[in-house]
Amino acid sequence: MTSPVLEVRGLTVRLPAGADRPNAIEAIDLAVAPREIVCVVGESGSGKSVTAFSIMGLLPKGQLVPTSGEVRLQGEELLTATPQRLRALRGSRMSMIFQEPMTALNPVIPVGDQIAEVLETHGAATGGARAPRILELLNAVRLPDPERLGRAYPHQLSGGQRQRIMIAMALALEPALIIADEPTTALDVTTQAQILRLIKTIQAEHQSGVLFITHDFGVVAEIADRVAVMKDGFIVETGPTRDVLARPQHPYTRMLIAAVPSVLPKARAPIGAAPVVLAIERLTKVYKSSGWLQAAREVRAADSVSLTVRRGETLGIVGESGSGKSTVARCVARLIEPTSGEITLDGQAIAKLSAGRLRRHRRRIQIIFQDPYRSLNPRRTVGRSIVEGPINFGTPRAEAWTRARDLLELVGIDEAAIDRYPHQFSGGQRQRICIARALAMEPALLVADEPVSALDVSVQAQVLALLDDVKRRFDLAMLFITHDLRVAAQVCDSVAVMLKGQVVEYGPAADVFANPRHDYTRALFDAAPGKGWTFGKAAE
Amino acid sequence: MAAFILKRLLATIPVMGMVAMVVFLILRLSPGDPAAILAGDAATPEMIEQIRANLGLDRPILVQFGAWLWQLLQGDLGNSLLSLQPVSATIGRCFGPTLSLATTTIVFSVIVAVPLGVVAAWKHGTWIDRSVMGLSVVGFSVPVFVLGYGWIYAIALWLRLLPVQGFVPITEGIGLFLSHLVLPTLTLSVIFIALIARMTRASVLEILTEDYIRTAHAKGVSERRVLVHHALRNAAVPIVSVIGIGIALLIGGVVVTESVFNIPGLGRLTVDAVLARDYPIIQGVILVFSAAYVFINLGIDLAYTVFDPRIRY
Amino acid sequence: MTVLAPSGEALLAKPRRVGLFGQLRRNPAVIAGAVVLAVLVVVAALAPWLHTVDPEFLKPRFRLRAPSAAYWFGSDALGRDNYSRVVYGARISLFVGVTVATLALLLGTTIGLVAGYVRLLDAIVMRVMDGLMAIPGILLAIAMIALSKASLTTVIVAITIPEIPRVARLVRGVVLTIREEPYVEAAIASGTRLPLILWRHVLPNTIAPLIVQGTYIAAAAVLTEAILSFLGAGVPTEIPTWGNMMAEGRRVFQIAPWTIFFPGVCLAVTVFAINMMGDGLRDTLDPRLAKRL
Repeated sequence: MTSPVLEVRGLTVRLPAGADRPNAIEAIDLAVAPREIVCVVGESGSGKSVTAFSIMGLLPKGQLVPTSGEVRLQGEELLTATPQRLRALRGSRMSMIFQEPMTALNPVIPVGDQIAEVLETHGAATGGARAPRILELLNAVRLPDPERLGRAYPHQLSGGQRQRIMIAMALALEPALIIADEPTTALDVTTQAQILRLIKTIQAEHQSGVLFITHDFGVVAEIADRVAVMKDGFIVETGPTRDVLARPQHPYTRMLIAAVPSVLPKARAPIGAAPVVLAIERLTKVYKSSGWLQAAREVRAADSVSLTVRRGETLGIVGESGSGKSTVARCVARLIEPTSGEITLDGQAIAKLSAGRLRRHRRRIQIIFQDPYRSLNPRRTVGRSIVEGPINFGTPRAEAWTRARDLLELVGIDEAAIDRYPHQFSGGQRQRICIARALAMEPALLVADEPVSALDVSVQAQVLALLDDVKRRFDLAMLFITHDLRVAAQVCDSVAVMLKGQVVEYGPAADVFANPRHDYTRALFDAAPGKGWTFGKAAE
Repeated sequence: MAAFILKRLLATIPVMGMVAMVVFLILRLSPGDPAAILAGDAATPEMIEQIRANLGLDRPILVQFGAWLWQLLQGDLGNSLLSLQPVSATIGRCFGPTLSLATTTIVFSVIVAVPLGVVAAWKHGTWIDRSVMGLSVVGFSVPVFVLGYGWIYAIALWLRLLPVQGFVPITEGIGLFLSHLVLPTLTLSVIFIALIARMTRASVLEILTEDYIRTAHAKGVSERRVLVHHALRNAAVPIVSVIGIGIALLIGGVVVTESVFNIPGLGRLTVDAVLARDYPIIQGVILVFSAAYVFINLGIDLAYTVFDPRIRY
Repeated sequence: MTVLAPSGEALLAKPRRVGLFGQLRRNPAVIAGAVVLAVLVVVAALAPWLHTVDPEFLKPRFRLRAPSAAYWFGSDALGRDNYSRVVYGARISLFVGVTVATLALLLGTTIGLVAGYVRLLDAIVMRVMDGLMAIPGILLAIAMIALSKASLTTVIVAITIPEIPRVARLVRGVVLTIREEPYVEAAIASGTRLPLILWRHVLPNTIAPLIVQGTYIAAAAVLTEAILSFLGAGVPTEIPTWGNMMAEGRRVFQIAPWTIFFPGVCLAVTVFAINMMGDGLRDTLDPRLAKRL
C-alpha cells in the first residue's frame, strides 16, 4: 500500500464544560490511502462530523479544542500548523463537500465565480487559463450547458446541480484529500444515486482519497472501500466494507446493520374485505399564485388522486420531494382545503365540510408529523399536550389524564414523565409521545407524514415497530407517507407511488416491490442505495 | 421589471390614501370646531363662518373628504394662516435646506456606521464589539437637542471652529454651505449611525454562521475577503432596509435639529406652525414627509434586486 | 480565526439549560439597567423628601444661579430650583414611559393577533397600519397635540398611536410563523377551537419579543415626550418635565448652560438604562430578535 494521504492518530477533541461527555471524539485512528473511499458511519452525536471538521481545521474556536493526537496530510502535521499554512492547504490539498448544497453556496454570487474563487485564492490558473479551467471542471461533474450554468445563481439550480457545483469546487485544485460530509443526505434518492456515482467515477479518475461521512449503511455499501463505525466519540469498529457488512464484530455495528430495513417487503396477512375507512376520489389540490400584472402560475400539487384504505391496512404513499405525497396527507387531515375531489371517512364526505361541521370528525383522523422537535408545544408538559384533544371533546379531566398515563406506558415511556416538558425527551421519545397524543383521540385513521425521517436508524426501527403494533392493537387504518422505499417495504400493506402530483403505480406492496410496472418506480428501486446488499437479513 | 415598478407604484396609492385619511381625520375628530382651528386665534366670527362654508362642514364627512382629496390632488394644500401664502409654495421654499441636511446625514452615517458594524461583528465578543455596541446604545439614548447644544457649546462657542447656527444655500459657496452643515449633520447622524451600525453588526454576525461562510473557509479564502466579499454582500439587503425604516427616525430628528440650529427647512416650518397653530402648514408638512418616506422606501425595494439575485419581480 | 469559524451548534452536544432568571441575573446589561431604573423609581416616588422645594416656587431675585450648595443644579430664568424640578420631572418621564409601553403593547397585540389569524381582516388592518407607519411618529404626535388642549393624556395618546403599528406587525409576524408549526396543526387536528389555540399555543410565543419591544417603546416614549415638550407641543408648561425645562433653558442656554445640561443628562441616563435593559433582555429571551433590532 502506498503512503496514506491522511493519517489520524489518537485524535481527541474536548467538548466545552457542561456537555454530556468530556470529549466529542476520543483517540480516533483513521487512514485514507490515495484513490480510496473511507466511510465514517455513525448516528447523530457520534462525533463523525467533528472528526471531519478537526481535519479541516474548521472547528468553532474556543468551543471544541483538539487536546491530543496527530493529523497528517501527506505527512504534514495539521494540528500544529499555523492558520496561514492551514488556509493555504484548505481548498488546494484538502477540500470539503457539505451536506446541504443550497446553504453551502453563497446565494448572491454566480456559481462559476464561486469556483473561480478557489483558483483565485490559491493563485492557480491565472489570466486566460481560468475560464477554460472552470468550463473543464463543470464538464467533469457532468453539468449540462456549462457556459450558461456557470453564470447562474445557486437558487436557479436544482439540488443535484448545486451539489455538482460543490464537487467541482472541491475538485478545482486536484486535492489529495476530499472530505464529504453527508453529501447526499439532503437529496432525493434518484439524485443521490447520481451523485454517488459521480463521486466514485471522479475519484477513480483522479488520485484523491475520499473521507466520506454518512449515517446510511446503504450509502456505505454503495461507495466505501473501507468503513469506520463511530459511537459516542469512539471508533468501535473498522475494516474493509465487505467484512464489516457481512461479519460485523462489535454489537453496536451488528445492531446498526440489523436496524436497516430490508428492501424486500415483509410477508403480510391479506387485508381482505375489511370495511373501507378512507376513500379518496380524484383529490386535487391546486396552488395558484395569482396577482394582477403577472401571469397566474398554477401548481397541481395533487392531481386527481384516488386511493382507499381499509381497516387494519397501512397504505404507503412513496415519492420524492415535490411529488405531492404530503399534500395528500394534509388534505386528508383537512389541514389544507382540497381544490376538488372527495374524501370519505367512514362513509361521511369531509372534503367540503365547513370548519364548524368538520370539528366533529376531527377526532377520527389524527396526524403524526415528521419533525418531533416541532410537533410538541415546547411550553406545555407532554401530559397537557396529550389530554388537550380528549378534553376538547368532553372527556372528563380525570379520565383523560388516566388514559394519557396508560398510553404513555403503551408507547414505551414511563408514565412518571407525564409532567415533563418536550425538551427533556430525545427525538424518538417525542415521536412516541406524538403517537400517544394521536391515540388518545381514539381515531379510525392515523396519518403518518414521514414519521421516522428525522430519526436515527436504530430509533427508526423501534418507532416503526411501535406504529405497526398500535395499528394492530387498535385495528387502525394508516396512511403512511415516506420517501424511503426500505421503510415502506417494512410497514405497508399496499403502496402508491407518486410523481408530480399523480399516482403512477398503486397496488399491494408485495406486487409493487416484486414487479414494478412504471418506469419511475423502477428508477426509484434502482436508485435505492445498497440495494445489492440484503440488509435486514442479519437480524433474522 | 417595468411591470414590477408599476405594481409597486400602484401599491403606494392605498398607503398614501391612508395617510391622507389620517391627516384629514385628525382635524375632524379633534375636540373643538375645525373651522375655528383653521381660522386661527385672531379670526373674527365672520371669517370662521366663511371657512366653515368653504369646508362644507354641514355635508357628510365622506363628501368633505372627497372634496379635500380632490383639492389635494390638484396640488392645493390651502393657505397658511400666518403668511396667507399657499402652503405648497411655503413648503417648496423650505425643501432645499432639509434635503441638504438629510443627504449629508445619510451619506456620513453610512460611511461611518457600516465599517463599525462589520468590525464589531468580526471582533464579536471582544472589547471592540462591546464598545461599538455600548456607544450605539448611548447614541440611541442621547436626545437630539441635548447633542445639538453640546456640539454648539463645545465646538462653536468654546473652540469657535464653526458657525453656531443658520443655513447658507450652496449657491453662495460650497465651503460656507458645508461649514454650516457640519454640526447639524453630526447631531442628526448619531442616532442614524447607531441604528445602521447595530443592524450591520447583527446581520453580518448572523451571516457569519451560514454554511456558505464555512464553505469559503474550506476553500482557504482569507478572512478579509470572507467578511467583505461573502458576509457584507449578503448583509446588504437588511442594511439597506434599515436605512429605509430609519428615514422616519431621521424626519423626527430633522424637526428638532433644524430648530436647534435655526435652519429654515421643513422641520423649522413645522415647529413654527405648531407654535402658531397654523394647521394647514402642519397638514402639508405631514403629507410631504410621509410621501418622502413612502417613495424612499419604494426606491429601496427596487434596489433589493441589485443586491440579491433571489429577489425577482 | 476569532469568529469566522463555523457555527458550533450543530457540532456540539446539547447545552445544559439554565433557568431564565439565572440567565438574566448573569447578564450585566440587565443588572446595570435595572439598578439605574430602580434608583430613578425610588427618587421619583420619594421626591418630596429628597431635600426638594416646591418645583413651581418662583424666586425672581435668584434667577439663573449657577450650581452651588443652595442650588445643586442651579436655578432657571424664573428663579425656580432646577434640582427640585429635575427630581419631580422624573415622575412624568417614568409615568409616560410605562403607560405608553403598556397601552401600545395591549392594543398592538390585539390588532396583531386578529390580523394574523383572521385572513379577511388581515389585508384591511395591515393597510391601515402601513398608512400609520408611513407618517413619522413625531409629526403625527405634533399634529394631534397641536389640535387638542395640551395635557398629559393627549401627549400619552399621541405618543402611543404611532407605536401601535410596530407592535401589531411584530405580533402578526409571530402568529404567521407559529401557525405553521406542527404542534399548532396537531391542536387543530385535535379539534381545539381558534380562541383557545391563540391563547394556549400562539400568545405564549409572543411574550418574549413583546417584553423586549416594550422596553424599547418605553425608551422611545420618554425621549419623544421630552422632544415634544422641547418643541412646545407637549405637556403644559406649568408641569415640571425635563423637556419643558430644556425648552425654557433654550433662550438662556449661552449664559446658563446648566439649565439644559442637568435635565438633558437625566433624560439620557434614563433612556440609556431602559435601552440597556432592552438589549440584555433581548439577548437572553429572544436571540433571534437581535436581527430585527
